[in-house]
Amino acid sequence: MAQTVFVEAINQALIEEMERDENVFVMGEDIRRAVYGATAELMDRFGEKRVLDTPLSENGFFGAAIGASLVGMRPVVETLTSFMWVAMDQLISQAAKMRYMFGGQATLPVVFRATMFYGGGSAAHHSDRSYPMFMNMPGLKIIVPSNPADMKGLLKQSIRDNDPCIVFEDGTLFGSRGEVPDGQEAIPFGQARKFREGSDVTIVAIAGGVGQSEQAADDLSNEGISVEVIDPRTLVPLDKQAILDSVEKTGRLVIVDPAHKVCSAASEIASIVSQEGFWSLQAPIQKVAAEQVHIPFTPALESLVYPNPDKIKDAVRATLE
Amino acid sequence: MDISNETLMLMLRRMWTIRHFEEKVMEVHSAGEFAGAAHPYIGEEAVAVGACAALKPTDYIAGNHRSHGHPLAKGGSMKGAMAELYGRVDGYCKGKGGSMHLADFSIGILGESGIVASSVPVATGAALAAHLKGEDFVSLVFFGDGASNQGACHESMNLAALWKLPVIFLCENNQFAVTTSYKDSVAVEHISDRAPAYNMPGVLVDGQDAIAMYEATSEAVARARAGEGPTLIEGLTFRYEEHSLGLGRVRRGEYRTEGEIDEWRKRDPIVIHTDRLVAQGIATAEECEAISAEIKQEVEEAVEFARNSAFPEAPDLFDDMWADPIPAP
Repeated sequence: MAQTVFVEAINQALIEEMERDENVFVMGEDIRRAVYGATAELMDRFGEKRVLDTPLSENGFFGAAIGASLVGMRPVVETLTSFMWVAMDQLISQAAKMRYMFGGQATLPVVFRATMFYGGGSAAHHSDRSYPMFMNMPGLKIIVPSNPADMKGLLKQSIRDNDPCIVFEDGTLFGSRGEVPDGQEAIPFGQARKFREGSDVTIVAIAGGVGQSEQAADDLSNEGISVEVIDPRTLVPLDKQAILDSVEKTGRLVIVDPAHKVCSAASEIASIVSQEGFWSLQAPIQKVAAEQVHIPFTPALESLVYPNPDKIKDAVRATLE
Repeated sequence: MDISNETLMLMLRRMWTIRHFEEKVMEVHSAGEFAGAAHPYIGEEAVAVGACAALKPTDYIAGNHRSHGHPLAKGGSMKGAMAELYGRVDGYCKGKGGSMHLADFSIGILGESGIVASSVPVATGAALAAHLKGEDFVSLVFFGDGASNQGACHESMNLAALWKLPVIFLCENNQFAVTTSYKDSVAVEHISDRAPAYNMPGVLVDGQDAIAMYEATSEAVARARAGEGPTLIEGLTFRYEEHSLGLGRVRRGEYRTEGEIDEWRKRDPIVIHTDRLVAQGIATAEECEAISAEIKQEVEEAVEFARNSAFPEAPDLFDDMWADPIPAP
């Protein structure tokens, strides 16, 4: 199996899906010159009609992608999470609501690849991890890959899926490497992946939180604590059974979520387990999520905001007290 | 421009369809037969009817909250529209959209939007698909004078002109965004004056004249199909009624005078069109009147159809969320 960089996995998925289906095209800002790397070589391979550089008009071109999807195309939009705010009307009023509001007439196979560049001194305007806000809105499928193989397989599935999908790509992982099987196929939504088998505590971790949780689990194993690490991979749909089954076994739950902690994915998972897995719990659920402040520029403060292995280890220990 | 007699008669029929439909809607809404807002299109019929007469069935339209006139102008069924207003299963959207969100994809109606200007990028995207696939359909989007100030409009117009997309931006300038005159919200004299800034033609048209609307739209459609890009058409018109049913009691007269409304009623689009048909010997006054009577009857049938259609039931609540369904959370 090949070691593949996360951003190359995105690129491979795009190339393979564009070769597979001529209705797939990509659009976004500066994608012909691939400033973030994910769209490298697409222009040479597929030409300007399938690789559209757009003006800085997110509300306009997100809407154009939605409209093109309505009449048979499969657009893949590249953007950053932080630029989604200026296109919220199209994402919510149109992409999320259109199918239901029109009684099932509209089919919208459109993908928004939204990169979350956080943790690198980008400050409050460029560090958003906004997937919980979109989970709150019915009608959008929410994908949060944590490693190159899942990134590739889930992006391929997103492009083939017939509903609007937002793939939240964790920028802290862009340069990370991982094994991507040759011929990595599309990965169905709603199937959590267990990264580590354990018996004492369950960690459910999202996106960049998965690697941190594995690191924490390694350290904790030296203390004799056996941790199970589960990555839901998609938040809508959410494989809640995998989470409930694990908590039934371990009786303890820590949730690691790089998004702000109020009304986060972690909050939703905690709520599900409180309601449906209460009698399995032997300790209060611990959330390790970003602090409820804006992202400060200075590295001295930014590093305090997000989950990290030390915070995760403390939370695991707290469930065992 | 040559227009067939058949098209001219169809335009009369469709204007009467909208007029009688809307009159009936006002009657049954005030009788409390269905819930929610409804925005009458009365007075503006020539805009949508003239424009849609210039389209093929394979062309797409999208529109806004003043939603009833657009699908009826493109040939949508009155029964489906009325049943939708009544929230019934036989409505266009099975009762899930209601008055502001009519859509009939089977005849190219990509849907009306309750958020002003929100369907403008969507329609631009349908045109993008035509452009990318090399197909010859066009897309036409109706929006109001109020919506013309939204960023979505400006972004879409730039995008469409840049990529030469086959889209027609059709501004229905009925002169008031709820109660605010476009003269108090638009910095240019006419909304169509903005077109040169996007490097596209802008045309100001008498929106009470269905034939003028048809001709302007036909030219825009021809440009679009020839790959020459978008056109901005401004149909200057007037809504006789208040912004929304239910607002009449509190707003009438405060921002426009009865005299002004009466002046516009004298330029009624159906009267203008009928007089022309009669003057040119295309139809007699009696024949035109018979069309009106016939449609009045069809409207009654549509209301009966809507009243007798079933409401959706509880299990229908979660239907239509997904094309590829997922478990409920």
